[in-house]
Amino acid sequence: MTAVEESASPAPALEKEIGRDRRRKEDARLITGRTRWTDNITLPGMLHLAMVRSPFAHARITGIDATAAKQATGIVDVVTAADLDESLGVCINAWPITPEQVTPGHAPIASDRAAFAGEIVAVVVARTAAEARDAAELVEVDYDELPAALDLKEAAAATAENGGALAHPDLGTNKSAYWVFDSGQAGTGGDVEQAIAAARTDGIVLEREYRQQRLIPAFMEPRSTVVDPTGEQITMWSATQIPHILRFALAATTGVPESKIRVIAPDVGGGFGGKLQQTPEEMIVFALARRLGKPVKYTETRSESLMSAHHGRDQWQKLTLAAGRDGRVTGLKVELLADLGAYVAIVGGGVPVLGAFMFNAIYKFPAYHFACQTVLTNKTWTDAYRGAGRPEATFAIERLMDELAAEVGVDPLEIRQRNWITHEEFPFTTVAGLEYDSGNYEAATARAKEMFGYDELRAEQQRRRESGDKVQLGIGVSTFTEMCGLAPSRVLGSLDYGAGGWEHASIRMLATGKVEVVTGASAHGQGHETAFSQIVADRLGVPFEDVEVLHGDTQIAHKGLDTYGSRSLVVGGEAVVRAADKVIEKARPLAAHLLEASVEDLEFKDGRFGVRGTDAGVALQDLATATFAAHNLPDGMEPSIDAEATFDPVNFNYPHGTHLCAVEVDTETGKVTMRSYVACDDIGVVINPLIVAGQVHGGLVQGIAQALFEEAVHDEGGTLVTGSFVDYLLPTAADTISFQIDHTTSPATTNSLGAKGVGEAGTIASTPAVVNAVVDALRPYGVHDVAMPCTPERVWRAIQGGGAGGETPGAAAPHFDESTGMSGTVDRTTGADQ
Amino acid sequence: MIPAPFDYVAPTSLDEALAALREHGDEAKILAGGQSLLPVLRMRLNAPEWIIDLGRIDSLRGIREEGDAIVIGAMTPHSVVGNDPLVAQHAGLISAAVERLADVQVRHRGTFGGALAHADPAGDLGGPARALGAVFVIAGAGGMRQVDADDFFVDLFETAIGEDEILVEVRIPKHTGWGSRYEKFVRVEHQWPICAVAATVRVEGGTVTGAGVGLTNMGSTPIRARGVEEALVGQPASAESFAAAAGRAVEGTNPPTDLNGSAEYRLHLAQVLTRRALAAAAGLGEG
Repeated sequence: MTAVEESASPAPALEKEIGRDRRRKEDARLITGRTRWTDNITLPGMLHLAMVRSPFAHARITGIDATAAKQATGIVDVVTAADLDESLGVCINAWPITPEQVTPGHAPIASDRAAFAGEIVAVVVARTAAEARDAAELVEVDYDELPAALDLKEAAAATAENGGALAHPDLGTNKSAYWVFDSGQAGTGGDVEQAIAAARTDGIVLEREYRQQRLIPAFMEPRSTVVDPTGEQITMWSATQIPHILRFALAATTGVPESKIRVIAPDVGGGFGGKLQQTPEEMIVFALARRLGKPVKYTETRSESLMSAHHGRDQWQKLTLAAGRDGRVTGLKVELLADLGAYVAIVGGGVPVLGAFMFNAIYKFPAYHFACQTVLTNKTWTDAYRGAGRPEATFAIERLMDELAAEVGVDPLEIRQRNWITHEEFPFTTVAGLEYDSGNYEAATARAKEMFGYDELRAEQQRRRESGDKVQLGIGVSTFTEMCGLAPSRVLGSLDYGAGGWEHASIRMLATGKVEVVTGASAHGQGHETAFSQIVADRLGVPFEDVEVLHGDTQIAHKGLDTYGSRSLVVGGEAVVRAADKVIEKARPLAAHLLEASVEDLEFKDGRFGVRGTDAGVALQDLATATFAAHNLPDGMEPSIDAEATFDPVNFNYPHGTHLCAVEVDTETGKVTMRSYVACDDIGVVINPLIVAGQVHGGLVQGIAQALFEEAVHDEGGTLVTGSFVDYLLPTAADTISFQIDHTTSPATTNSLGAKGVGEAGTIASTPAVVNAVVDALRPYGVHDVAMPCTPERVWRAIQGGGAGGETPGAAAPHFDESTGMSGTVDRTTGADQ
Repeated sequence: MIPAPFDYVAPTSLDEALAALREHGDEAKILAGGQSLLPVLRMRLNAPEWIIDLGRIDSLRGIREEGDAIVIGAMTPHSVVGNDPLVAQHAGLISAAVERLADVQVRHRGTFGGALAHADPAGDLGGPARALGAVFVIAGAGGMRQVDADDFFVDLFETAIGEDEILVEVRIPKHTGWGSRYEKFVRVEHQWPICAVAATVRVEGGTVTGAGVGLTNMGSTPIRARGVEEALVGQPASAESFAAAAGRAVEGTNPPTDLNGSAEYRLHLAQVLTRRALAAAAGLGEG
């Protein structure tokens, strides 16, 4: 076969893929379920697990009697912590935020004490999942309840001396780590106490306290793990975001060599950070498969997922903002309490630290002080949840800017304009020490205002206020930015994080000219396969359909740092670009050889090396075939044009946008109804607008959910009351509106695509936009805050003069509890059901 | 989510079902549409030894007109009830409530009689059934008997249906020409009502000549707001009379406090929603 075109006219150029609305190539299999989810995997001889979990938030385990369970049908064994040695491993904390951090040991199975409701105390192994579940009910565990540290503020104040409840009594404190950033000390700004003192004399000082309620990531696919110990390697399939990090963690904590472990994240149904964890369940499946020499599977129930998969948010934020009378901010002081739950999760302590860099947002603050106390409680552990620290920070500052506008008496957009970095000022080093490379807040805001009909809505709001309309209109603003593309490894090192932030890619040019792209970013719903195919199709000039993207298997993608923090495209995608460029450079001498031209005379365009000034050329895909045959290569050339690249970003990137939200508040009932929502985001160069729209829409709903619907509520004993989707209120399409979205473009300068992350933007931006709108509607009633979620009762009480609307009423009965079962006085034995 | 083990029987006639119920007694649960029972089983909040599935008894399904009543078979799915022109014409309040009942999936699987027999005070059909004065036809060893809505709902998840009895059909007295409104208050669309008001009103010559009002999730059973009805009949169909009558919506209620709202808030809501439901039922808009 000859690869060389002597005079044939080159093939017509392919349409550019970047910027094209490609439907996601992975969707057909994901939507129809004709794919491999972990729970679909069935191996010969496979055993199944059921977990026995503590019903108490804090209790000493005084005895476990598994006699009856062991005699049940199909039971292989019932295992407690005492039955397993150190090969079980421990759950690691990869980010001790200070050298002094107090970090309780976290064994996958509690031995003598359970520290949260849902903690595993025993494991049933059976031939079927049903038998395991049945026998789990027969395991009798004796508990002595201990005082539980539940309230975040009380837990922070508790000591052995004052008798407050301690999450881990042996530690003598609930305080885990205290982390501080001060612009005066860092040399990035002035002294915040001076700024506050000056503003108290001549200016404005706003002091506010905001609650970031506890949320549950609530991914669609519950977590599931299968481990096959047979063969030379131990293979784990798991519904995880982090197969590579998990493999490392398994090796580091169990003593099994990394080279003997293969971790596969097959198609994974969502994560939102919730699957960024080394879980007790994974460790237990791994240990029991090794111990029993048979494949083992565990799939959690939805109830177990809500109770034991890590939660997110859960902070108290105390904020002091100093400003001149003109509304120009002179300093911001942030004091946080962050609830870690019972253990310090893999990056749990670092979540508020990620937020530390974002409280100053898009603004030029002369002085900034951030201090965070992480606190252990007897609740489910917390860790990254979509945005991880940045939504909390963005909420606080965007709420404060609205408060400042009200105080000064100007429009909320005007107060922002007085403080924001203008587009001429980029690159801009912030008071938190980050260098923002690009952005144009003016442009995004102007476009958003236009789409929203801002002035018209303000006029309507005025009319409704004047007429005393029972339905008041509120307008909320959020001019967010965030840092994403985690992360420059050197920065992570400076923050004591236990790994780097690079990403790896390789490109394999197959004999038939097809292209395999291997990425270390492990997708769990983002659309990597489509977006990366588009990038490679453009870069190599090959058809989109000829590109296959492989990921999520440590044996196929041998290097990787996985998917979180809006990093896949901007870090992983850039690695793909660099690998593609290497392919082209490796192919160039071969093209010259075959075309009998000098390398200098070649140009690569639309997938083809051409000789300048002639029609002669050769396609890259044909060069792949030529290296397969390897019959006619330049002397000394290896028969391959495959290439790989590892990219470590030099900086984060900084998407931003202006979000405007209009809500109607029924002042008689307190019900908030979304009326319109505009998001004009600047995420740099867009690879696939359709995927971006999906990310923005989903993100908006998740952020709106924090503002209006979701909250993990525990009763006074520490049991999760919102333990099913009956009580943990996820909004559906019926509860949202049609969003209006658009983009302005300031390309990122830190990757060749010019792209910025978008996975978390909607979530980060929308929560304050909605709450600002609710508060804006209620300002005539003297309301300046409503606690999240802004439930109808809270809003109603705020209107009645009850301040922020108070706590969630009584950690009261969930809809599904014993009262809907057979027990108690309720006789349901003859009733049919709904 | 695996239920505890149970045995299962699916009779094809009412007699067989009654026989199975007599045989297994209090160890059995009746399965209608399964939209409440199956979650309870899967979460292991209940573990009956027998499930008696009524799904294969054709005679329990269907809607017919019979004299002054519309008769709805107990096993008729909500979606069929909601789309039925007879129901819409003669018992519009039922149509309005079914339209807001749970979500599309539940409306296709769940059944009219199953939901009422479940007697969840937050269920969407109890309030309308009481407002319309529904009559429940119950089969047992001694044949059929009829129970008025006022006597049907006994307590939380408890009805007048005996241990060896099965709900066969529900007779809804025709309310032809009455206006109706199901005012349901929720935080997210698919949840049980925090509070709901089912109102049906007949207006003749500008005067209210008939009113039926049922309250959902305001006590351990669905409640008929007789005080509201009494305050309204004979009054002009005006915003003022609706507002005055709505003030009596709290009578006889004992609302729960839960994650979605306190009892105090529900007492407030019931009045607002009653006023709105009455006004809308009478064609006066939102009130």
